[in-house]
Amino acid sequence: MIWNALLLSLKEIRRNLLRSFLTILGVVIGVGAVITMVTLGNGATRAIADQIESLGSNMLILRPGQRFGAGRDSAAAAPLKLADARAVAEQITALDAVVPSVTHAAVVVRFAANWSTTVVGATPAYLRARKWPLTQGRLYSDAEDRAGKALCVVGETVRRELFGRENPIGGAIRIRGFSCEVIGLLAAKGQAAMGMDQDDVVLMPLHTVQRRLIGNQDVAAILLAVSPGASIDHAKAAVERLMRERRRIGEGENDDFNVLDTRQIADALSSTTRVMTMLLSAVAAVSLLVGGIGIMNIMLVSVTERTREIGIRLAIGALEHEVLLQFLIEAVVLSALGGLTGIALAAIGSAWAATAMHIPFLFDLQINLLAFAFSAAIGVLFGYFPARRAARLDPIEALRHE
Amino acid sequence: MSVPAAPDVPLLRLRGVTKSYGTGDALLQALRGVDLEVREGEFVAIMGPSGSGKSTAMNILGCLDVPTTGSYEFRGIAVEKLSRNQRALLRRHCLGFVFQGYNLLARTSALENVELPLLYRGETTAARHAQARAALEAVGLGDRVRHTPAELSGGQQQRVAIARAMVTQPDVLLADEPTGNLDTQRSGEIMQIIAALNRDRGITVLMVTHEPDMAAYAHRVIRFVDGRVDSDERRP
Ligand SMILES: Nc1ncnc2c1ncn2[C@@H]1O[C@H](COP(=O)(O)OP(=O)(O)OP(=O)(O)O)[C@@H](O)[C@H]1O
Ligand SMILES: [Mg+2]
Repeated sequence: MIWNALLLSLKEIRRNLLRSFLTILGVVIGVGAVITMVTLGNGATRAIADQIESLGSNMLILRPGQRFGAGRDSAAAAPLKLADARAVAEQITALDAVVPSVTHAAVVVRFAANWSTTVVGATPAYLRARKWPLTQGRLYSDAEDRAGKALCVVGETVRRELFGRENPIGGAIRIRGFSCEVIGLLAAKGQAAMGMDQDDVVLMPLHTVQRRLIGNQDVAAILLAVSPGASIDHAKAAVERLMRERRRIGEGENDDFNVLDTRQIADALSSTTRVMTMLLSAVAAVSLLVGGIGIMNIMLVSVTERTREIGIRLAIGALEHEVLLQFLIEAVVLSALGGLTGIALAAIGSAWAATAMHIPFLFDLQINLLAFAFSAAIGVLFGYFPARRAARLDPIEALRHE
Repeated sequence: MSVPAAPDVPLLRLRGVTKSYGTGDALLQALRGVDLEVREGEFVAIMGPSGSGKSTAMNILGCLDVPTTGSYEFRGIAVEKLSRNQRALLRRHCLGFVFQGYNLLARTSALENVELPLLYRGETTAARHAQARAALEAVGLGDRVRHTPAELSGGQQQRVAIARAMVTQPDVLLADEPTGNLDTQRSGEIMQIIAALNRDRGITVLMVTHEPDMAAYAHRVIRFVDGRVDSDERRP
């Protein structure tokens, strides 16, 4: 009986192909949107986690200004100096590396080629702290850093843009009117999340950047690599105590610097993505509901349109529940087809969007099954009322229906 | 389900059956006390002016409707006491209908139309095909099984309707003006088929008709006037 009803409903759907398609469109879009949102949300969260991972999960970042304070307070706060880095390195034991750094946006030029990139000025410990190896050449030494030598290490993207097929080692690039020798090539990290290219970088000695590009002794940030096994929270507290002392911040006064924990950044970013995912999914869920109402509408029209057919079936001896089942199955098959189409579209759409956004495509079986079950449930929910209406028709009245 | 026949119990029996529609001023009495007995194997024609209650009586006899007062017994079973679903089962297993307006499923082949009652009886696909094809051949439509009603003439559609009614080998065939909108030639063909079902397979037939020519095929003619049985004649 159920098998027959299934065949019958498929036949009925095929008979009104265009109308069936329009009926399920709401469910297709709803299911597709929900799955796409969740899949991309998962991918974005993973991408952020990966990015933080590549930065190092046991890192602290000390910066002037209040927390996430690229805004008003950071300008007022006194800048960090090399002496701060030295003090931290001397007085706090649980640290593997203390790396003062500055960043500067600049255009780098080689012959006719030019490329706008980020110049990072840091002590040589920078690469060790970030566990970032070189594939060619060497890194500058501490002595070369202190002397402010015009040396640099380039990222893969910069190499590609400026050197093409040539060997970059020993070549010269010009930055803001001074020439700089390329002595090393960084290992490619690949494109990170949201199109952020980590290989688009030129690394130089801290002193060189301070003197030749920025023109002051300020340090923008101090990267601190916490020793493996040591407590990150303890290290962070120690750094904060020391900095309050050095910057003479009294009891009860707010810090005018901040120490970021990479885990914190990860948490903040992924909770933002989670909220976004939830909001967008809620919008998508509403469209799924609207899709369900669309199905109910069409099923009601269908019951009216097929009143005579229902009358014939009842007169011939169909039981109430058999007619009910027929219409219910038709609604469920319709919405389940919508669900399947939505799943297929979501898979294609989110795979494509994930590539475009440079985030991983994570197929989430659970959400796909859930969306499918939900779309079938919508068929039951919104198909039941029209089906019951059909089953309760009076056979004589139904046969008279024009 | 097969309802056993006690020898002294008539197949169908209406006793004091009335049927009224509406209430108050709008009250309309379609049947005003009908007493009627039909025995196994009879071929009964029901005649009478328009609005005299013939179709109303057929609907009650066919278990599609129940009397307002009075009783209807099918082989001794009081139909008005049965539930909606029990009446449906009675229709499914014991009755065959030929409606005035054909009432075939549109956009559905003749074969599938004829298979429909077998589907609800739970027959297998193979059995359904074989029986439906045999029924269509019996009404001379063996070469039209794939046609949909829109691709068939009026007479052919009516023959499909008869095939659908007889395919389950019902005890009773109820036909409400089966030749209502057919010309004399086609009507004759239809009547031949119905008479053969009664003669060869012993199916009891009740048929509403306006035309004396068609009524002439029956062994008994009941005339309705104004919701009552006016005359009831048997022919040898
Ligand atoms: N569902 C209904 N609601 C109200 N009145 C009805 C209904 N069905 C039938 N009637 C009325 O009952 C009376 C008998 O109708 P019925 O259909 O039985 O007549 P009939 O003898 O079959 O007529 P005809 O030869 O024209 O088919 C008519 O006056 C009709 O208007
Ligand atoms: Mg009538």
